[in-house]
Parts: sequence; C-alpha cells; structure tokens
Amino acid sequence: MSEGIKKFLYVNRKAPHGTIYALEALEVVLIGAAFEQDVSLAFLDDGVFQLVKGWDTKELGSKNFAPTYMALGDYDVSKIYVEKESLEERGLSEDDLMELTYEDEDDDWAEKSSIHIVSREEMARLMAANDVILSF
Amino acid sequence: MAYDVNGTTVEHDEEGYITNLSDWTKELAEVIAKEENVDMTDEHWEVVNFLREYYDEYQIAPAIRVLVKAMKKKFGPEKGNNKYLYELFPYGPAKQACKIAGLPKPTGCV
Amino acid sequence: MAMLHIVNKSPYEKGALESCLNHALEGDTVILIEDGVYACVKGGRAANALASVKGIRFAALSADLKARGIGEDKMTEGVDVVDYGGFVDLVTSCDKTESWL
Repeated sequence: MSEGIKKFLYVNRKAPHGTIYALEALEVVLIGAAFEQDVSLAFLDDGVFQLVKGWDTKELGSKNFAPTYMALGDYDVSKIYVEKESLEERGLSEDDLMELTYEDEDDDWAEKSSIHIVSREEMARLMAANDVILSF
Repeated sequence: MAYDVNGTTVEHDEEGYITNLSDWTKELAEVIAKEENVDMTDEHWEVVNFLREYYDEYQIAPAIRVLVKAMKKKFGPEKGNNKYLYELFPYGPAKQACKIAGLPKPTGCV
Repeated sequence: MAMLHIVNKSPYEKGALESCLNHALEGDTVILIEDGVYACVKGGRAANALASVKGIRFAALSADLKARGIGEDKMTEGVDVVDYGGFVDLVTSCDKTESWL
C-alpha cells in the first residue's frame, strides 16, 4: 500500500428511511471513492436494515436508493462488513441481504461477493484496525 | 430558468441540469446539446443512452472514472477511455453528457 | 492504538452506549456528552452497565452534567468529569475517535 493512503471505515448504524443518515452515508462513500483511499463499509445495529433486499419506496414517495448500493462495486468499494449478531437480533440472515458484488481486476474480472459477515468481536477489531472512522 | 423545446418549457437549475428528470425527451437532449455546443452524432447518443441506462439501473449518474470503466466493459477499450469521451464532450464527459442525458450532476464528481 | 468513543445519546432512549460498550476494546476511552451523560446517574441501569465493564476508561463532559443537574452527589463512581479542554486532551491522546450517533 503506497504512502498517503489511509484506511477509511464508514460505520452505518441507522435504518434506511427513518433518518437521512443512510442516504447521506452512501453519497459520501461514492464521493469519497474519487480520492482512491482504502475504503470499507460496516453495517451494524439498525444499519443492517439498509442492506435488506426488496425495498419498494413508491408508496412512500421517497427515492429508492437500494439500487445505488449495487453501484458500490463499480466505485471500487468491495469490502462490506455486516455484523452477525445485529442480523440475528433482528431476525435476519445473510439470505435476506442484497447481493453486492465487485469485479476482481486481479482475477480476470471475476465477479465476487463484497459482503462479509463478521462477529461482534471481529467488528470491534475491524474498527480498531482502520485509520479513520466516519459514523452515520 | 428553462429550455424551450418547440414551444414547451422545461425547467433547469443554475448549471443547466433539468429539475424534473421525467421531463427528458430526445428533442430536449438536442436543445441542451446545442447550448453546450455539442453536435449530436451516433457516438454522442451512444454515451447519452448508456448514461440513461446506468441511471435507470443504479439511480445515480456515474463519476467519470466509473463511466470510463463501464464503457470499456460494454464497448471495448477504443471507446472506454478518457480521450475518446473528452473528444465527444470537451467540457467533461460525465458533466456535459449527463446534462444532455437529463440526469443530475454525477455522484462523485468533485 | 487506543480509540476514543463518543456517545451523545441517552442510554434509556437509544442503544448507542450499549453498542459502543460491545465494540470497545481494552485500553479505549468512552466519553459521554450531551444526553449521553444520563448514563452517569448513580443507581441507574446504565450506570450499573458502566461499572461492569473492565479495562475501559470513562469520562463525562462537565458542561452537559451541570446543565442536566447531575451534581457530584448523583454521579456514579468510576467516571472522570472533564471540561472542554479535557475533552480536547482526550481526542489528542487517542489515535482516533468513533462517534456512536
């Protein structure tokens, strides 16, 4: 890793529609991706609700930004960590989540999953291992 | 602030991006292109249509780096590169082409 | 590689403090600010939760404590009271900060 590149972790702890945090976080991540830093995303607590598939916001009258999570791979954001305990507490499992993928340049552009399910303890270590934490 | 398309007005913001994305028509695209001094050829349309498809799928206008990569994947390296896109849209392919395509300013365009 | 965790939500309304404590590592510091300081009130469920955590230093912002009428007599033990200058010192002495919004 070359000098000047920092490890950024975006921590998402809010559900998608109740506040503007989720959409704002997503936009900041996409804008920040232009700076070519080492970016990871963490989803814990109510943040795991952001990645649940099958949103339909038509009746709500707000923008359906679920498809935008699918663009993260295009923006070279390929490390998405989701906390297992947060999922379980909410009656969810990995099968309930959107399939987020990226194409691995070093492996003949093979399509790979960006989602990693981690334990609470692994999540704590992940936070400690990053240089900058941005909370939403 | 508005564009005039055969007598119909279409609102736009101070930078020329249309306010209501569903107002877009091919005729409007030609009007915006004219104001941008872009002469729309098949190659220009290919990029504009590609951007509209990208927006339809992901609900965002891609940043230039992402546009180049996606164009390269779909049309090959002769079209998926900065030089080709800047020749078509000299004032920035993402910005100018997005405006013509009736999309918001690209996310990640800083 | 110590982290300064910042909690500004009441533990009786939001799960921010609980989640923070679940992810803080030994050697980290947690500072309670704004409604987060309600966790300091002696005898409260949250104060008991703070007491059961080992290896983590706790601090609370004096301005927020005073504004909410949480005087020394109501403070649970084991939480350092710091002023704004002390908050800044904590930020500079830790490698990074994490806000639990």
